[in-house]
Amino acid sequence: MSPRDAVAARPDRPAPPPRPRRTGPVPVALLLPATLGLLFLVLPLAGLLIRTPWSTLPQRLTEPGVLTALRLSVQAATLATLLCLVLGVPLAWLLARVDFPGRRLVRALVTVPLVLPPVVGGVALLLVFGRRGIVGGWLDSTFGLTLPFTTTGVVLAEAFVAMPFLVIAVEGALRGADVRYEEAAATLGAGRWTTFTHVTLPLVAPGIAAGAVLCWARALGEFGATITFAGNFPGRTQTMPLAVYLALETDLEAAIVLSLVLLTVSVVILVSLRDRWLSSP
Amino acid sequence: MTADPSVPGADPRPAGAVLDAHLVVDRGTFRLDLPLTIGPGEVVALLGPNGAGKTTALRALAGLIPLTDGHLSIEGRHLDDPARRLWTPTEQRPIGVVFQDYLLFPHLTALDNIAFGPRRQGLDRHRARQRAADWLARVGLAEHARRKPRHLSGGQAQRVALARALAVEPALLLLDEPLAALDARTRLDTRAQLQHHLAGHCGATLLVTHDPIDAVVLADRLVIIENGQVVQEGDVATVTARPRTDYVARLVGLNLYRGHADGHRVLLTDGFHLVTGDQHAGDVFVAFAPSAVALHPGRPDGSPRNTWPATITGIQRHGDNLRVQLGGPVTVAADITPAAAAQLNLAPGRTLWAAVKAAETRVYPAAAAPADVAAEP
Repeated sequence: MSPRDAVAARPDRPAPPPRPRRTGPVPVALLLPATLGLLFLVLPLAGLLIRTPWSTLPQRLTEPGVLTALRLSVQAATLATLLCLVLGVPLAWLLARVDFPGRRLVRALVTVPLVLPPVVGGVALLLVFGRRGIVGGWLDSTFGLTLPFTTTGVVLAEAFVAMPFLVIAVEGALRGADVRYEEAAATLGAGRWTTFTHVTLPLVAPGIAAGAVLCWARALGEFGATITFAGNFPGRTQTMPLAVYLALETDLEAAIVLSLVLLTVSVVILVSLRDRWLSSP
Repeated sequence: MTADPSVPGADPRPAGAVLDAHLVVDRGTFRLDLPLTIGPGEVVALLGPNGAGKTTALRALAGLIPLTDGHLSIEGRHLDDPARRLWTPTEQRPIGVVFQDYLLFPHLTALDNIAFGPRRQGLDRHRARQRAADWLARVGLAEHARRKPRHLSGGQAQRVALARALAVEPALLLLDEPLAALDARTRLDTRAQLQHHLAGHCGATLLVTHDPIDAVVLADRLVIIENGQVVQEGDVATVTARPRTDYVARLVGLNLYRGHADGHRVLLTDGFHLVTGDQHAGDVFVAFAPSAVALHPGRPDGSPRNTWPATITGIQRHGDNLRVQLGGPVTVAADITPAAAAQLNLAPGRTLWAAVKAAETRVYPAAAAPADVAAEP
């Protein structure tokens, strides 16, 4: 008997009773498409692993091009996430706690980048922040600040695409948090700002962390908006996904190695969030 | 407990009241209409059945919901007056609140929970913690300063919540069912401690509760509301001796009837006559304790002036005795000893004779006496 069994067999801690469930054979009409669907999702990933040049992997990973792209990706995704936190958490608070006219519209607008093709997002960013754009032109003439085709542009493009993930996650956490704690803070003399910083934020910290990780993962994988708004300059705007795409045409093995790195990051994120997102009841 | 040791023989509504309010809150079909005045050092219990508007009143006082009408001032400072478009946000009110489930901030230690209020009042971190430590010691939890709320027992959490509310030195302390979440044993200890701390609080205290024992032990004055309206108000002795509604009668454990008196006889609304010790005329209440009701297997002879056949509808334990619910010409509750119960062979459906001595009844006028019931809305 393993220690695990011993715990399970302890009389004072009975296992939860199994839920009543319909038994009988699973219909083929459901089983077949389900199996095909699973294969369709898993096979490409397996293919990636099978084709990985494991013997040369260490050299490949330490090639300067790979490292440069990886470092740029991590830096840009992290900065984008910070930007999303600074702007997105207050936005989520506004949506969750303040009853203002047009709140539904604002919430819909916030989620637009979620469904918008990223390329379109990139074009839109160019039109506004480009050197001849509404804001970009002014930034250029006033501060001499150019955003498109720079690393800052990468950060902006990633933040644009990834922010909805953070806002939605944090708003959900705020709605789930007990507002009576905020009332208790008010009775102790805390205004709304102090209540937000001293009570609300600590209470929803796990939700914010989860939202930030999700946001970071989305930013790391961003392709369409980045290549449109920031271009594809190695060392400056060429992030991992862009490097994968470029390598695909010249050096298949390099593309596979870069893809493997991104896959690993995804799996790590999935595992780190599994308790929060994957433990279905 | 006296109203205020510094004002001997104080009027129940002293001129320098800490809280002077008339709370009117409309919520759909429900309307709370509650005039409320509390003097310095006075503890008022707001009692009522579920849905009577107790919590609404507390939230209105705390500024967590707005008044529809009326006014609210604390220590002469006008905080709420919808007619003059005056409203003060919760954080600017001189109040302290102990919530029903305490709402201690889960991410802060017991000490920092208590220091939270003083910090907001502008004390620096060190002095706020000093004051918090002081309060923690007063509630006897000095050694639990660094514990998080989830590591505190129910009674300890209650005391931390009380210390947190008192640490801001509120003019008005609001307690929302402060003992409801505790088990019977802890409740007894905690109630005694709460009584001690309330006696030391020189501001006004409003205790919202549905537990008559909490109210009787902790409060100087009771305000009883039903359906958002005050049905009875007065000191503990008066209210417990002279209930004016069925709810209050049940609360204080008395049989209560309304009727019309003519000398020693009172004609109840359902046509039954009771003979009473005192003489009265006009609309009256008649009250007597369940222990005043004697049960006999057959029609009793002798002194009792009120006897009637009654059918047992229910039997419950009540302390050391049994409380027997009886139907018949009048419904009545009787307390009898287990020994008597054994002799009587009690069982629901069995018919007995109930007897009440005239001298055991209490008769008082039904017309609202000014001291008993608050002003009409």
